[in-house]
Amino acid sequence: MPLDILLQQILNGLVQGSVYALVALGYTMVYGILGLINFAHGEVVMVGAMVALSVSQLLLAAGLPPLLVLLLSLLAAVAVCMLLGYGIERIAYRPLRNAPRLAPLITAIGVSIVLQNLAMIFWGREYHAFPQMLPSSPHILAGAVINEVQITIVLVALAVMTGLLLLVHRTRLGRAMRAVAENPSAAALMGVDINSVISITFMLGSALAAVAGIMVSANYGIAHYYMGSILGLKAFTAAVLGGIGNLRGAMLGGLLLGLIESLGAGYIGDLSGGFFGSNYQDVFAFFVLIAVLVFRPSGLLGERVAERA
Amino acid sequence: MPHNQLFLPLAVLCAATLVACGKSEIPPATPTAASELVVKIGASAPLTGPQAHIGKDNENGTRMAIEDANAKGVTIGGKKVRFELLSEDDQTDPKTATIVAQKLVDAKVNGVIGHLNSGTTIPASRIYSDNNIPQISPSATAVSYTAQGFKTAFRVMANDGQQGKVLGEYASKNLAAKKIAVIDDRTAYGQGLADEFAKAAQAGGAQIVAHEYTTDKAMDFTAVLTSIKGKQPDLVFFGGMDPQGVPLVKQLKALGLNAKFMMGDGGYTPKLIELAGTAAEGVYASLPGVPLAQMPGGKDFSQRYEAKFKQPIQLYAPYCYDAVNVMIAAMQQAGSAEPAKYLPVLAKISYDGVTAKISFDEKGDLKGGAVTLYQVQQGKWQALQTMGGNAPAAPH
Repeated sequence: MPLDILLQQILNGLVQGSVYALVALGYTMVYGILGLINFAHGEVVMVGAMVALSVSQLLLAAGLPPLLVLLLSLLAAVAVCMLLGYGIERIAYRPLRNAPRLAPLITAIGVSIVLQNLAMIFWGREYHAFPQMLPSSPHILAGAVINEVQITIVLVALAVMTGLLLLVHRTRLGRAMRAVAENPSAAALMGVDINSVISITFMLGSALAAVAGIMVSANYGIAHYYMGSILGLKAFTAAVLGGIGNLRGAMLGGLLLGLIESLGAGYIGDLSGGFFGSNYQDVFAFFVLIAVLVFRPSGLLGERVAERA
Repeated sequence: MPHNQLFLPLAVLCAATLVACGKSEIPPATPTAASELVVKIGASAPLTGPQAHIGKDNENGTRMAIEDANAKGVTIGGKKVRFELLSEDDQTDPKTATIVAQKLVDAKVNGVIGHLNSGTTIPASRIYSDNNIPQISPSATAVSYTAQGFKTAFRVMANDGQQGKVLGEYASKNLAAKKIAVIDDRTAYGQGLADEFAKAAQAGGAQIVAHEYTTDKAMDFTAVLTSIKGKQPDLVFFGGMDPQGVPLVKQLKALGLNAKFMMGDGGYTPKLIELAGTAAEGVYASLPGVPLAQMPGGKDFSQRYEAKFKQPIQLYAPYCYDAVNVMIAAMQQAGSAEPAKYLPVLAKISYDGVTAKISFDEKGDLKGGAVTLYQVQQGKWQALQTMGGNAPAAPH
């Protein structure tokens, strides 16, 4: 087992895992507060990437420097996604807040299909080349290769996650969010404006989704209306793995899933003497998920069920 | 109830989306005259999902043939005919393909052009066969499609047995690759082609050092590529389509894997070059048939296609165009659009299409199908050589 290959697989896993973690945070924040799985979240990631694509194409054509374009398209994508997150909650979830739990789940799936089809009409069916705004010259690190885009992904993901933890645990808004998660009616009695806290939660999650969307597109150099659905599913898995509803759990789950996938796909064939191959990549990831859930039903860092009920 | 007001805009939004994305069927322009015979042609390809751009290209090719025929005015058995296109989305999904096939059968189509992928064509072909509806696939290349013994199954393209052999021989002999790594996307097409390729490459003296797998929806291949890098192959072959081919070749180059990269017909698209940029340079791909510029009616077809749909041909549109026309020709010769009457004629037909001279062997495969090998050179697909079939002399 050559060391440089192992190191490369760990780097691959970290990059992939950082993206999963960012998207997983969106699922987990909404679940923590509403007990709702927002299946449209993957589509918000896609919209973020597509908006950034359109804006950056426009600005690059106008001759602005690439780094400035990246910043502006990031801002535009974050703004649009926050608006979208607010809209989704206002239109599809708020009217159903006191309905049986199945109803908002169905509207979540509906919103996801609507967004995907609207994006298909607006941006077309074809794959778009995502402009390269960061240099991507390879750096050799003890035999493993990593480029600026990937380094940026890991660093930005870490920074955003730290910022979010500070926000939730150190600010007034964070306290309000935790209060609503704990008990919405009690929080309302204490003067917390539940509706605005929930709206802000959706907007924050969507902003993270926009950042993740840009990262994915910049890393692969591709944007497509369908890109959100698989990513959303993987991130949801990561959130469950880490313990859905728990912020640190989403981060841990995301990074872990990235590493499991990359090490699993890379070594399962050699370790099993060719009996299993990389076609078992997903099987391996879900097997770990099942194993974790059997022993810790609420996920790795999940809160105890009694606390929620 | 203030909440109810919110449902209306959402409902309108949903309805608008559904209308906009519903099946694209040509609405009957005029009420059917008594003397006019309406012939329904079913078509199916993925119109949503990762391969939607190729699926739409198929639909465009089929639509163009049908609109041409209607504009020209075709008579079958003395009756004036108007062709109607029923286009359905199979989502690249074998299960959906069988539902779509049943839907087309229930709509009483006279024939089917499709599907795009082998993975959808094969399960759907049983349903068409059971209902005795002729099916011509423009692009399904898996050997097993026509090996099932169905009298209704045809294709207008060389199969993966021929294609994989040409690719494998070229890799092991012309490119002198000694160590080869194979990746496939676990679809009927990707897996079949990869296996045929590996067989031919091994027969040519190469060693398969790794066989890795992915899916037709994946975007990240760094893990399998890193594992392959450890085995230091001279060439990496991918059995799959361009949505995976693009990130795959980019990640291969980014990881510093120093190997040639080769795909089958799924990689031979202008999109691959556009999206992969400099990473596409040197990529090999094949396409059954001769290069478009050398097809009997290729130049004229591509000009008309671009004028009509405002985009270049992606991949199989000319084959779809031929598939429709060969079906119409069989109906004309039989003097009937009844499947039972024109099917025997179709099996024996000889038709000069845009892509080739089309006639079928006893299994329904294209007789003498050629395969052409291409390479990306200076940002363009360049034909390297055409092998097999009644191909014209090798280009430049």
